[in-house]
This record gives sequence, C-alpha cells and structure tokens, in this order.
Amino acid sequence: MNAIMDKPILGGTASAKQPLVIIRDLNVAFVTRDRTVHAVNGVDLDVGAGEVLCILGESGSGKSVTMRALMRLLPRFARVSGRIEVAGQDVMAMEERGLQRFRGGDVAMIFQEPMLALDPVFTVGRQIAEAVQRHEGASRSAGMARALELLELVQIPSAKRRLDAYPHELSGGLRQRAMIAVALACKPKLLLADEPTTALDATVQIQVLLLLRQLQEQMGMGVIFVTHDLGVAGEIADKVAVMYAGRVVEEGPVGALMAGPLHPYPRGLLGATVHGNMRGQKLTTIPGAPPSLETLPTACAFAPRCAEAEPACQTTLPEARRPVPGRMARCLKVAAG
Amino acid sequence: MTLSLSPAEDRGGPAQPLLLLKDLKKHFPIKGGLFGKTVATVRAVDGVSFAVQKGETLGIVGESGCGKSTTARLLMQLISLDAGEMVFDGEGVGEKTAGGLALKDYRRQVQMVFQDSYASLNPRLPIEDSLAFAPKVHGVSDAEARSRARELLAAVGLAPGIYARRYPHELSGGQRQRVNIARALALQPRLVLLDEPVSALDKSVEAQVLNLLVELKERFGLTYVFISHDLNVVQYLSDRVLVMYLGQVVEQGPVDAIYDRPAHPYTRALLASRPSMDPAKRRTEAPLTGDPPNPINPPSGCRFRTRCPFAELVCETQAPAAAQLGGGHEAACHMARPGSGHSQAARVAA
Repeated sequence: MNAIMDKPILGGTASAKQPLVIIRDLNVAFVTRDRTVHAVNGVDLDVGAGEVLCILGESGSGKSVTMRALMRLLPRFARVSGRIEVAGQDVMAMEERGLQRFRGGDVAMIFQEPMLALDPVFTVGRQIAEAVQRHEGASRSAGMARALELLELVQIPSAKRRLDAYPHELSGGLRQRAMIAVALACKPKLLLADEPTTALDATVQIQVLLLLRQLQEQMGMGVIFVTHDLGVAGEIADKVAVMYAGRVVEEGPVGALMAGPLHPYPRGLLGATVHGNMRGQKLTTIPGAPPSLETLPTACAFAPRCAEAEPACQTTLPEARRPVPGRMARCLKVAAG
Repeated sequence: MTLSLSPAEDRGGPAQPLLLLKDLKKHFPIKGGLFGKTVATVRAVDGVSFAVQKGETLGIVGESGCGKSTTARLLMQLISLDAGEMVFDGEGVGEKTAGGLALKDYRRQVQMVFQDSYASLNPRLPIEDSLAFAPKVHGVSDAEARSRARELLAAVGLAPGIYARRYPHELSGGQRQRVNIARALALQPRLVLLDEPVSALDKSVEAQVLNLLVELKERFGLTYVFISHDLNVVQYLSDRVLVMYLGQVVEQGPVDAIYDRPAHPYTRALLASRPSMDPAKRRTEAPLTGDPPNPINPPSGCRFRTRCPFAELVCETQAPAAAQLGGGHEAACHMARPGSGHSQAARVAA
C-alpha cells in the first residue's frame, strides 16, 4: 500500500454528521459597465465526506462558476453572496493568507485542459514537490520523494523517469494523471473536477474515470465533478445536481435520477441523449435555447422550453419540493412532499 | 424553382459506389535540424481503402490521431494525396485525362461541415452572403444565389427574415452549425462530409441538429460520411461503420454487425469504453490501458498489438490483412483469419 494512503484523514471522524461542503443561497453576478450577467442564482448544495456529487448542466448553466466560487477564484467584478462552508471553515470570510492554505491544502481542483493547468517550464515532479513544500514545509528531497509516490498512485507507468518529464512530453492521458497527482499532493478533503475527461479519447476517458473513483474511495475525499455528459455522471456520481440557468433544478441519488427524473429539463436531456440502439427513431428535443441571464429570472427559467408548462409557470418561481426523501426538484408540477 | 445550378446527374447507376477510395496514403514530414531535413514522418493515413455507397451514411470512428480527419481532408481534396486513387461515381477525381472529373466539378458535388462552427464561417460576412458565395463562384447570378440562400436557411430551421442579415457572432453554436449545414447544401452536392458536426454542441441542441441531418438527407437525397468520436451518435446515424486506428482501417461493416458482433479487439474495447448511464452497470476495469501510440513510429505488424490483450508473435511480424466475415463485414485481425498463425484464430472464426 502506498504510504500516502496510511495518513489519517484530518477531521474525518467528525464529518459523519456534518456535511463536508455546505453551500447556501449562493449568488454570483458578473457586473461590467455594459451589462450584468446573473450566472448563479440561489444555489444550495451539500456534499458529504467521501461523497461524489456530479453537477450536470449545459454550457452557461453556472456549473463552473459555482465551482470557482467555492475556491474563491472568481474575478473581482463578480458579485458573490451567500454562505460557503468547507470542513467547518467559512470560505467567504477567508483572508488571502487563509485562502493560500485552503487552496491546494483542503481543496484542490483539476481542469479539462491539463496542458493549460500545468506549468510548461517546470517538470511534473517539481510541480508536485512545490505544492508539498509550500503546504507542509517539507524539504525539497522529501517533496520529490512524495512526488514519486503520487505518480505511482495515479498509475503513471515508469513513474521515476516521468518525474523529470515536462508536461509537453506526456500524452494526453498521462498529462491528466499528472494533474490529478498535483491536485492530490496535499491530500485534500475535497476535490473539484471541472470536466476532467471531456478532452480525452474514449478508451482513455474510462481509465481516468476509474482512477478517480478508486482514488476517491481510497482517500475518502469528497468530490464535486462538473460534467455535461450523462454517461460520465452515471459512471462516477453518488448524487447528481442538475443545473439550469444558474439554479439547481433537480437533485437526487444518481440511480433514481437517471431512472426517472422529476423535472422536465433532465427528462428532456435524457430523451435528447443518444444511447443504445435508437436508429430510425426521431430524437426528442428540447426546443429553443437557454435564456439569456442578463435579467434575473422571476419565473421558472425552463418554462419557455417546457412542453408541460402551465400559465402559473410563467409567473411563479418554483420553490424546492421534496416528494421523496433525498430528492429535490424545482417544478410546480412535482408534488410537494 | 428554376436554378441555373442543377443537381448533378447520377452517372454510374445505383450499383456504382458514389465514392471509391483505394489505398489512400498521406504522410506528413517533420522537418528539423539545421537544414530543415526531414527527421521523421507522421503516417497519418496509411493505406486506407473503402467505398461509400449511394444514399448511405458511412460512419467513421476512432480516437485522436487515428487519421479520421486527415481522411476527410483527403476526401475533400483540401490536401493532396501522396498515393492512392479516388473514384467518384465512376470517374477518377482530379485526373486530367478523358473520363476524369475536374476538381472544381468534384468539389461542387462533395461538401463538408466542420466541427468548429465559428471558425468555418467568415466573421465579416452576413450569413446570407456566406451561403450565396459558393453558388456565385459557380456562375449563379447574385439575386438567384440570395433567394436560394434564404430557401436554405428556411430548410435548416432558421427564419430568413430574422437571420439572413446576421453575422456569425450573433448566432448561438447550434444556429451557426445549421448555417454551416445550409452552406454545405448550397451547391446541391451529392456527398456531404460531416467532421464531428455535433461534438461542440450541448446535448439538447445536438439532438436538434441530428434530427435536422436525418431530415435533410431524406429531402435532398444525400449521401453522408459522418466522422465522430461519439459511438452512440455514429450508431444512431450510420448504415455502415468504419473503425480506424493509427492511420489504418481495422474494421468495417454494417452498423449492426459492428455494434453487436465486433470482431476486432480494438472495436470491442472502444465499444466497452462507452460510459453507461446506468450506475448499476459500472465497470471496475478499463478495457484498455495506456494511450494510443504516436503515429510517427507506429508499431510493426499489427499496429494495435502494443495495447491488445491477445497479441502474439504473429501480430508483431505480420500486418494482418482484412478478413471477410460475410455481409461486407471485415476486420484486419489475425484472430479473424483461420490459418493466420494466431492461436485463437480458429475459435473466433467459428
């Protein structure tokens, strides 16, 4: 067993009841001189320790912005409000020093494009060692030793040789693994993954998904995984939150949600996704396009595209309804629980 | 509707393949060193042969670097062939001799839709002008080309009154891809090459564009070559499927044969790599390890042998020839050919 695995998870015992991540009424608006875009409008999310939450949504639904808000990575002109807690710490109140410890220490992030996320002028080994040295005050040689362990952990073949490789010398799949190794360097409690397998080939994508699931189970991390691919969500998630126009419109355990979504938007999304043998059948589509978010929606944002919309949908903002424990949908047609 | 640009006639009859490709090769030299000498060669397309029948949709699948996009560019003659032969409806493409088809006439009958909907439209032209451009090059009057452009916009579901004068940046990704499809149809082609046309689109928009492609094919009697890495979409659209790996065709055949009875271990791995939407059917082991090798120095013999769980000595020494499995289904694997010397050859064939 790898030495990293044997380290106890800090605060791992206390988190059984208390969720690892608590997001309440998160709002993000990007304000420029020309216009204001309401990217995230009142998002509530919980992630338990050791739980994988998939945020599913199309481009512009606010899924990546939610992740960046969690890391406090949004630009200055973004107006952020709401409550974000990670492992009992108030993220919104953190000062610059606290944030430096928090990012990479408690929370790490992996991205879609590893070539842009890794520094091209340093070797993979140095980039991992740097994180360890900074966060744990380890020596340079201890950092490199840890880097080697991590490369082995993410199953990079001939890891010792790859320690001295620059990012451009690695193939796409190995680069993605190297980025995961950087993210895991300080054993974060929460891993944020922003479409990390979207740019990979099919045979490599499944390898990386399996690796992430295996690492998550071994290390007991909480993971928030952003994707637009229903198949990827089915492969990795415990819980799925579907976002539309800056709101979570449905949330529930992955099996139940995939088998029978409550909200018409995920239902439409499932119908529009080609799977299995659907030759000759006309695909059900969701007509139209997502709304512009320049004005804050005051009614159900999906109503203009919804086949089941009623007059009330055009005027009321649907509140969260929980017909079954553990499931939530924001739709007037779902029975209140 | 009178048009000076009439659709091209069918010359060879229904049995003649619309496009026949024989042993296509395209190698890209890598220059380096002091005097720009060729230091290595990327064998992007290395001996690819296939036929596109009239009225069918041929799906081409494969991972990055397998040569599927280079094949598309060769088909379009955007890059020149190093070796090989292309026959379009019985006529040699680009041949100067009698019976040959001049490139300009060939390109009128073969059009392409690219993945990046924004990069493939001129940002300074309203979309109506983009659509009218090619017909004008081919001698259609301005007024006629414009009225045709508006008809095409309506055909792809964009109201001409609203969209004709818009610029590409004023459209969404899905709308731009509709414009690209309309432009490809402006010359009344017989064959349309679709290179990852829906990969950059969101799922709900993807379904709209796929439905549109099916509808247009019916309406205009088109033949499609559909290139994608999304196996589900290829299965949905295609009549026949071609699987490529490192510049070569490893398996081809009718869509049901490929998806239900894949004969090549690479095809099997590719199909098994699709994420399942059902969390109860999660995989615990990846079908393949590692990334596709670099096409600069492809492995000897069978190019898939470095990742193949069944590789034996014969795979290293001999490149497998295509084995016929009946019904036009063929696979380039020693295991599919009885007597090839592979220990499992007989079993798979039986």
